[in-house]
Amino acid sequence: MSDDERLVLRTPEGISFTLPLAGPVSRLLACAIDVGCVAALSSFAGAGLGLLGFVSADLARALMVLAYFAISVGYGMTAEWFWRGQTLGKRVLQLRVIDAEGLRLTPGQVVVRNLLRPVDLLPAFYLVGGTFAATTRRAQRLGDIAANTIVIRNVRVAQPDLDQLLAGKFNSLREAPHLAARLRHSVSPAAASVALQALVRRDEFEPEARVRLFADIAAGFRSLVEFPPETADAIGDEQYVRDVVDIVYRSGPRAGASARASARP
Amino acid sequence: MIIDLPRFIASARPHWDELEQMLDRFAAEPGLRLDIDRARRFYNLYQRCAADLARVQTFSAEPEVRAHLESLVLRAYGEIHETRERSRRWRPWEWFRRTLPRTFRRHAAAFGLAVVVTVAGCAFGGVALLTDPGAKAALLPEPHLRLTPSQRVAREESATADPLAGAKTTFSAFLMTHNIRVSLLALALGMTWGIGTAVLLFANGVTLGAIVVDYVSDGQGTFLAGWLLPHGAVEIPSILIAGQAGLVLAHALIGRADARPLEMRLRRILPDLLTLIGGVAILLVWAGTVEAFLSQYHAPFLPYGIKIALGCVELALLAWFLTLAGRDDRQEAPVNGE
Repeated sequence: MSDDERLVLRTPEGISFTLPLAGPVSRLLACAIDVGCVAALSSFAGAGLGLLGFVSADLARALMVLAYFAISVGYGMTAEWFWRGQTLGKRVLQLRVIDAEGLRLTPGQVVVRNLLRPVDLLPAFYLVGGTFAATTRRAQRLGDIAANTIVIRNVRVAQPDLDQLLAGKFNSLREAPHLAARLRHSVSPAAASVALQALVRRDEFEPEARVRLFADIAAGFRSLVEFPPETADAIGDEQYVRDVVDIVYRSGPRAGASARASARP
Repeated sequence: MIIDLPRFIASARPHWDELEQMLDRFAAEPGLRLDIDRARRFYNLYQRCAADLARVQTFSAEPEVRAHLESLVLRAYGEIHETRERSRRWRPWEWFRRTLPRTFRRHAAAFGLAVVVTVAGCAFGGVALLTDPGAKAALLPEPHLRLTPSQRVAREESATADPLAGAKTTFSAFLMTHNIRVSLLALALGMTWGIGTAVLLFANGVTLGAIVVDYVSDGQGTFLAGWLLPHGAVEIPSILIAGQAGLVLAHALIGRADARPLEMRLRRILPDLLTLIGGVAILLVWAGTVEAFLSQYHAPFLPYGIKIALGCVELALLAWFLTLAGRDDRQEAPVNGE
């Protein structure tokens, strides 16, 4: 990702943030979903209000006109306020509107960025807004500039569920706690991450590739710390890697206890 | 420098998770207020995570952890460092009675400019139609081309059936939503440094001026006043106020005689824009109702004198409201440089 696609903020504590700005394509896709939502909501409202036609057809039509207007203008405002900068489309595309200084989004900002949408829509299909979003430093359409907001990609890194990944396996390497501690200090974060990712994706590999991959990773770990033959030789490469990941990522007595507990017949 | 990153992550993760849970709660409950102990805990967690982020930033091998922490600290930063005054509970009546007219007066110069541009458009439209009657098709909307004003008046005054029977409410809703959309456009076009707003006001003025000249030159001035005034007395000023909001936005964008950064200038006028456009929406609901239920009915069913008098009363009330309402206590500060 180039610097143009990121925004750096600095807090009074001296911490720098790197915000990944949302690109025009993802914003357009989110917008398409939102247009679909507005159409669906309007249809539902129309169907519901159509029942009033039995009382007064004029009143039912008037309420439909008002409902469409309220939904088309108010959808973005309501969703972005109650979902803290997200509409349904932005949720799906993992985008979020935030204040350009990283502060909390105010109702006024939400309303103004949505009220100014007509100028971004000009002359058609968000040409003005899209051009500004593609060319300005902070990827802002005109409504964002006026409201001092930006749209970022919502980074939420899902950590693998280690309890599920490592459950039900007896970790023989923990039988030598001093070596396990040495191993924990010797394994680099990059190697640990590779091993973890290999375990997470193990079912995606071809059988031969899977055997070779875990053999390579296990060989790397075995070269770091030599465990007693009765502890390490009886287990396969994949199990060895699993045990190492267990030691590296789940240090502490609780993890060890749970590993032993799960091994009981 | 972190020596053992996995261990560092394992020891710090409970705090990150706790902070994330609190942030998720803020997201789920926008009005949530923390007691002092929870607020202190939240601040401590923020500081701890910020410190963790600073440490992780020296370690390039864990981009996911860094991104995760940045996301957490950013969200917490937004909650903690928000210094803008939390808006007090919104009181609609107070807002309408005081805030709206005061905001209007604070930006009186922008309103004056909107009036000048519209009047210029009116003059252009009127003069253009007088000097070149052949340009009528280009100056007037299509419904005004089907009949001459005299023909229309004759038809309307001899009508025996209600032309809007069974469709008044729908017509009213259409007028409201259409006019509010035009007003929103007038506001939004302020982002074109006000050029778009001025063009829209001028174009509205051209149509209005041409219609006035068309009816008056055909001897139908009374009908025109009786038709336009009941709703136009509110609708036309509403469009002018929307233009005023667009010009206020343009003024903040251009920043003439204001050395503050663009973001600060825009932040400052944001509440005023919302107030003005909110007021416009209310006025246009009234105008749409009057236009559908009253303006389309003419003499002999509804004498022109009554309609004209009603329009004049509305205009006087609106002028009083905008110029005098909410003046009862504090002084109103003018906007510098506008």
